Amino acid sequence: MAKIKIDKERCKGCLLCVNFCPHGLVKKGFQLNKRGINYVEFLDKDNACLGCMQCAIICPDACIEVYR
Amino acid sequence: MKKIFKHPQSLRKVSTHYCAGCGHGIAHRLIAEVVDELNIREKVIGVAPVGCAVVAYDYWNFDCCEAAHGRALAVATGIKRCRPQNIVFTYQGDGDLAAIGTNETIHAANRGENLTAIFINNAVYGMTGGQMAPTTLIGQKTATTPYGREANYHGWPLKISEILALLKGVVYVERVSLHAPLEVLKAKRAIKQAFFNQIEKRGFSLVEILSPCPTYWQMSPKEALDWIKEVMTKEFPLGRIK
Ligand SMILES: Cc1ncc(C[n+]2csc(CCOP(=O)(O)OP(=O)(O)O)c2C)c(N)n1
Ligand code: SF4
Ligand code: SF4
Ligand code: SF4
Ligand SMILES: [Mg+2]
Repeated sequence: MAKIKIDKERCKGCLLCVNFCPHGLVKKGFQLNKRGINYVEFLDKDNACLGCMQCAIICPDACIEVYR
Repeated sequence: MKKIFKHPQSLRKVSTHYCAGCGHGIAHRLIAEVVDELNIREKVIGVAPVGCAVVAYDYWNFDCCEAAHGRALAVATGIKRCRPQNIVFTYQGDGDLAAIGTNETIHAANRGENLTAIFINNAVYGMTGGQMAPTTLIGQKTATTPYGREANYHGWPLKISEILALLKGVVYVERVSLHAPLEVLKAKRAIKQAFFNQIEKRGFSLVEILSPCPTYWQMSPKEALDWIKEVMTKEFPLGRIK
C-alpha cells in the first residue's frame, strides 16, 4: 500500500504527474489554489498506488511526497 | 507508512518563478538531492547564471554566488582556487555557457579546473523571450528564426559538450535528458558522478541536461518532453561522451 501527498499551493497544474502515473491516480481537480491554478488531486479508491514515485520524480516543482 | 520520496533539505519549499512544466525545476531538485545525499550542504557553493535560472540562489538552501552572463566558470574558478575545501559548481543555460560564455567555458575546462558544470540545454534563450540559441535545432522556430533555423544562414547547432570532451583537462562529460522519470533518474546519477569527481579532485566535469522550455517551444509540458525524446535527442544523442 502506498499514497502520495500533493502540495496544492505550489502545484502549477502542468499535468506531468497525471501523464506519467501508470494507474491514472492523479487527476486535474476542480478547485483553484491561492494563485488561481487548477491543482491536481490524488484519487485512489481501490488502493492501487504502488509508490513507484514516477509522479514525484517528474514533478518540476517538487510538490509530491510519496509514502509506502 | 514511511516517507519514501521527500522534499530535499537543500531545496527551499517556495514557489519558483518558472513556467509550468519547466525543466529548471527538475534540475534544481536533482542537484539538491545529490547535495543532500553526498552530505555536502555546508560545503557546496553554487554559481547561478544569467538566464531563467538567474535567481536559483533563492531556491537552493546552500551558499551561492551570482555571475555576470556567461562568466559562471570564471567566477567558480576564483572561488575554488581561494577555497579548495569547498565544492563549487556552476548552473548555466545554453546561451550562458555556449554563447556569451564560450570563452570562459572552454578555458576553465582546458585548465582542468576541479569544478562541476551543470549545463541546461533548452535550445532557446528562455529569459529574454525565446530567441535562437547556439543549440537551437535546424528547422526550429524561435523569436529570431521565425521561419526555422537554417544551417546556411544561422549555422549548425553547437555541440559544446563534444568539443569540451576533446580537452585534456576534462575528465567527465555526459548528456542526459528530463523527458521521462527513468531519464530523470539517469540525470541524477550523472550529476552525482560529476560532484563525486570534484570531491575526488579529478578535474573538470560537465553534465549537459536536455531540458524542456514549453513556453518558448509553444508546446504543452507533455508535448515538450515528447519533443525532446523524438526530435532533440536525434541531434544531441544521450550518453557518456567522455
Ligand atoms: C552581458 C549581457 N548580455 C545579454 C544579456 C541578455 N540575456 C539575459 S538572459 C540571456 C540568454 C539566456 O539564455 P540561456 O542561457 O539559454 O538561459 P535560459 O533562460 O534559456 O535558461 C541573454 C542574452 C545580459 N543579461 N547580459
Ligand atoms: S506513486 Fe506511482 S502509482 Fe502512486 S500516484 Fe505516483 S505515479 Fe501513480
Ligand atoms: S507535476 Fe507537480 S506541478 Fe505538475 S501538476 Fe503534478 S503536482 Fe502539479
Ligand atoms: S521561459 Fe522556458 S526556460 Fe524560462 S522558465 Fe519558462 S519554460 Fe522555463
Ligand atoms: Mg536556454
